[in-house]
Amino acid sequence: MSRTLYDLLGLLAAVLFIMALKGLSSPKSARRGNLLGALGALIATVAVFFYAEPEYSLPLENLEWILGAIAIGVIVAVPAARKVQMTQMPQMVALFNGVGGGAAALVAIVEYIKLGETAGFATVLATVFTVIVGCVSFSGSIVTFLKLQELMTTRPVILPAGRFLIIANLVAVLGVAYWVMDEMGTSPLLVLAGLSLLFGVLFVLPVGGADVPIVISLLNAFTGLTVAASGYVLEATLLIVAGTLVGASGTILTRLMAEAMGRSLFGTLFGAFTQTAQAGGTEAESRPVKSGSPEDVAILLNYARRVVIVPGFGLAVAQAQHTVREMADLLSARGIDVAYGIHPVAGRMPGHMNVLLAEANVPYEQLVEMDEVNPTFPQTDVALVIGANDVVNPAAKTTPGCPIYGMPILEVQQAGNIIFLKRSMRPGFAGIENELLFDPKTTLLFGDAKASLTKVVSALKGL
Amino acid sequence: MSEAMALLAIFTLAVFVGFEVVSKVSSTLHTPLMSGANAIHGIILVGAIIVASHAETSLELGLSVAAIILATINLVGGFVVTDRMLEMFKGKRETNNSGKAGDKKGGAK
Repeated sequence: MSRTLYDLLGLLAAVLFIMALKGLSSPKSARRGNLLGALGALIATVAVFFYAEPEYSLPLENLEWILGAIAIGVIVAVPAARKVQMTQMPQMVALFNGVGGGAAALVAIVEYIKLGETAGFATVLATVFTVIVGCVSFSGSIVTFLKLQELMTTRPVILPAGRFLIIANLVAVLGVAYWVMDEMGTSPLLVLAGLSLLFGVLFVLPVGGADVPIVISLLNAFTGLTVAASGYVLEATLLIVAGTLVGASGTILTRLMAEAMGRSLFGTLFGAFTQTAQAGGTEAESRPVKSGSPEDVAILLNYARRVVIVPGFGLAVAQAQHTVREMADLLSARGIDVAYGIHPVAGRMPGHMNVLLAEANVPYEQLVEMDEVNPTFPQTDVALVIGANDVVNPAAKTTPGCPIYGMPILEVQQAGNIIFLKRSMRPGFAGIENELLFDPKTTLLFGDAKASLTKVVSALKGL
Repeated sequence: MSEAMALLAIFTLAVFVGFEVVSKVSSTLHTPLMSGANAIHGIILVGAIIVASHAETSLELGLSVAAIILATINLVGGFVVTDRMLEMFKGKRETNNSGKAGDKKGGAK
């Protein structure tokens, strides 16, 4: 095809990407938006096979390698994306983001090897940027994946002299970047890639588990910018537009997320450097708590007028969405007012809990957002907290310096009774003790959320 | 306008479009939006194909084949996982979202 047609198809793909992002910003058009994005990607990918730059000819060189590599990618990605549990989706997104950053860095490296001495200053600058940020995004995303998958600790990891290490690493990265631009060699570029990978690890390690989603969003924006920069290296307009769109919208999204969680972006990323890690009230563990039987819980619920269910990640892990819905239906049938209080970051990411409950067919009208449900807690007889901890922890309001301080919470402490369904006394994802567990009006029911709820349901039926 | 200036202009305009399109999003949609944006930057696949088709040494070919695999995972996996997330919202929103228009699964092959 002609250059003009190829460029027009690229423009069409870029427009489809803009419409995709626009569509994804509103619930009604979100799914169509995503499909438009996929269509744009399909058009751009097919088009590249039918256009060769003047000094090359069709079909593309190495065609069998290219098609084989795409086939491998599809075979890996599709089953992974289709089978992943909805609870594990955040780490899946982190992983997809990381490999994208890695791909951009590799593309820049190959093009740099090819251009060699002929590369202009701006091209080398863009290459260096792509390699640094792409590698940071790659290794950073892998660390966030490991944290979310709980293959490593979810607490902030503070290395001895961590602050010194990361600054030294940053200086080394910038020094080698200068070396690359000065000497134009492949080996300095590979050293740069290695140092940048290390920087990504050091950058994400000190981030606490609860803040990881913000970091994923930020790294997502980073990857967008690397794609834009590699587009500059390759003089591919579509890559510049698509990458920049993601970079810009990702930056805004990161800020929105940080706001929803009541965190400052700076505090999230550098908090672990500027404050000492919170010990988390270890003295508290030996204090007595009031634990109850499923029957006690059923009685409390049965004689309530209004019940607010606060679902957390524990509910999702136990796959208890359906059981909780059965219980809610039972209570509603007895004339009890039931609502779900959804914290913006319940689960692992903003909006994650809505996805999980929607999967269990919970009626949408019963899902009440935090700002609407909070004023109703004083009139609520029972707040039933299922597998949630950090999002109801009053320490977010009362303990300056604790890792979640400043995060808006669901104010269940104002309800008449509080019931916690927990597996153990283990603190939540952020790793901090919850004072509420020791409150006199709190009843704890230990065990797997699904098993506990099943017992509560049968006890309710017997009443 | 020189080539470099034209690319810079495109970049600058795209920044503003990117800011504009997502300025008002409810927190419910943050996760799918992030995931969708994540899929879009998988378009680096096009760049990976271009460098692979120009590769002359086995080092260049090896690196660019790796880039294609990673980019495909990003692109295809990203759109499929976003579609799955949004499928959950089907018909749950206030009124009229049937969500059935075009049941084609996302993905480029």
